[in-house]
Amino acid sequence: MSETEQTKIQVRGLSKVFGNHPKKALELRDKGMKRPEILEKTGQTLGLSNITFDVQEGELLVIMGLSGSGKSTLIRCLNRLIEPTEGDIIIDGENIPKLSEKALLECRRRHFSMVFQHFALFPHRSVQMNAEFGLEIRGIDKAERAKKAREALSHVGLDGWEDAMPSQLSGGMQQRVGLARALANDSSVLLMDEAFSALDPLIRKDMQQELLELQHRMKKTTIFITHDLDEALAIADRIILLKDGEIVQIGTPEEIMTHPADDYVARFTEGVDISRILTARHAMRPVRALARNDDGPRTVLHKLSENGLDSIYVTDRERKLLGLVEADAANRAAREGQRSIEDLISDDFPRVGPDEPLHNLFAMFNEKSYPIAVVDEERRLLGVVVKGAVLAQLAEAGEQ
Amino acid sequence: MAIDIPRIPLGDWIEAGLDFLTSEYSIVTRGISRVTQTGINALNDALMWMPEWALMAIIALLCWRLSGVRLAIGASLGLALIWNMGLWFPMIESLTLVVIATLVAVVIALPVGILAALSDKFYGLIMPILDFMQTMPAFVYLIPAIPFFGIGSVSAIFATVIFAMPPAIRFTTLGIRQVPKDLVEAADAFGSTRGQKLVKVQLPLSLPTIMAGINQTIMLALSMVVIAAMIGADGLGNEVWKAIQRLRPGDGFEAGIAVVILAMLLDRLTQTFRKTRKA
Repeated sequence: MSETEQTKIQVRGLSKVFGNHPKKALELRDKGMKRPEILEKTGQTLGLSNITFDVQEGELLVIMGLSGSGKSTLIRCLNRLIEPTEGDIIIDGENIPKLSEKALLECRRRHFSMVFQHFALFPHRSVQMNAEFGLEIRGIDKAERAKKAREALSHVGLDGWEDAMPSQLSGGMQQRVGLARALANDSSVLLMDEAFSALDPLIRKDMQQELLELQHRMKKTTIFITHDLDEALAIADRIILLKDGEIVQIGTPEEIMTHPADDYVARFTEGVDISRILTARHAMRPVRALARNDDGPRTVLHKLSENGLDSIYVTDRERKLLGLVEADAANRAAREGQRSIEDLISDDFPRVGPDEPLHNLFAMFNEKSYPIAVVDEERRLLGVVVKGAVLAQLAEAGEQ
Repeated sequence: MAIDIPRIPLGDWIEAGLDFLTSEYSIVTRGISRVTQTGINALNDALMWMPEWALMAIIALLCWRLSGVRLAIGASLGLALIWNMGLWFPMIESLTLVVIATLVAVVIALPVGILAALSDKFYGLIMPILDFMQTMPAFVYLIPAIPFFGIGSVSAIFATVIFAMPPAIRFTTLGIRQVPKDLVEAADAFGSTRGQKLVKVQLPLSLPTIMAGINQTIMLALSMVVIAAMIGADGLGNEVWKAIQRLRPGDGFEAGIAVVILAMLLDRLTQTFRKTRKA
């Protein structure tokens, strides 16, 4: 997420009561009663209570909760497939709950496309015609919608399947069609309702990866619902945790993992392998000593012995990482009277990006046990990770 | 012991109502009568104008295209038998009545069925009426038909439409209500209007069920068209009726077999249409 982000959707005080006397239920809610009491007293089910959050332009927001937590209700309130009882949902200046029937249709066409848990493909339409559906509804002309639908199908890797019927496709491919149908529509927000939950685990992982790539390419504002924390952590920019129709916590995956708001969240996160969430950035330490490429062998030897090191990373003036020099090599060069260390720099060292999950780092600590260099996209050295630091970080997170 | 409870004159009220309708709306009924009779005559003339073998060939071709060789051969053999028994023209007359009654029934049933599917209120209103229409003994419809439209084929059509329409309405309603909820939701989510939702999603998906209803309507129409011989409708029913009056079981069975052949032909044809649309 960039720093200069814009708010796409503002949800303010959104509530939903299922039943004929919503006012009564909301009154009791305002007196501090919870869902079970309200149900017992009034027979009304408090589906959502006072939900407030923002969705940033281009982010992938995951709404997570167990079944009955209200997540499906919440996503359907956004485009009013379910009529909210109170509250505001503001998208590009329009307040969705206040829209007239006609304006609502227009709003759904322009702003929302949805991907469903059980795909909800139209069985009487070919893959191509399914992908064209949203555009057809909007009255886009034939050639234009055929082109856009083909592009969307191509985005999700379904080239050549245009004429197939949905029933001929596997579950994973059917959901690709569902995704293509949503993408072709070119709406500003993508709503995904447990979109991958009906797929088997391997396909599911693939689809998550592909969604991330698509999201990276297209920067589409996405609201993704899931009951699966692993899935949420794998794809989310931010996570909203729902329980009994209320928000328990909003935060990045790391915040949720490392600082769970209450026991409920903590129990949720218990089963998760922390090393998949924490990244190299968390375990990274500043570099204690660094050689420059215009240093001579003796300077390097001095830095090594001063810091008690066997090897040292070498950068240029812009702090770009060039490689690593070992103490043995520097010693030999100093004895032989070489003036430069350029020839000593070895390229055989481990390096990762700052977002590399910690569990990928274990395998990289080889026998020589060089610290792992953490570099950014321009190859600038950000820090190093030593074996002990990884373990320490995991232990610390585990205690919390 | 008998307690003298005054009899509720339900029958008298109905008769008074029917009298009122026939006398006050005779222009309407006569208009309907004329239009319907014209339709019947035109279709009859067209079908009878063709030589028997030509119509047989057309029907066989239709069977072959829609279903396959087996139905084509079966249809040809059956029609040849009817021709051979000298029942060709009565068969055509019955076919005409069935076709026209079914058309009228479907034209009314589709919008009514769609409305009943979309509105719970209308559904609650129409369902008891349909129960009434279906369980009332079929003969009863013949009686008011005569004062409305006089003796003959138009009355037969009127009674047949009322008797045969309910399945088409019911199946249309059922078909639309059975469209999976998530598909309707998907249509809504993309911003479909009611009309778009109906035309692009609900109707295409309920078509097999609607066709099953129309198939039922055709079968009921055929059975009613035969009974309608009692009020002077032409066709195979008339042959049966004559055989009863003259006590000639042979003639009666011949006409009966012709009805069975026609029924099987119509049934198989509409069924294959249903299946081909589903695939």
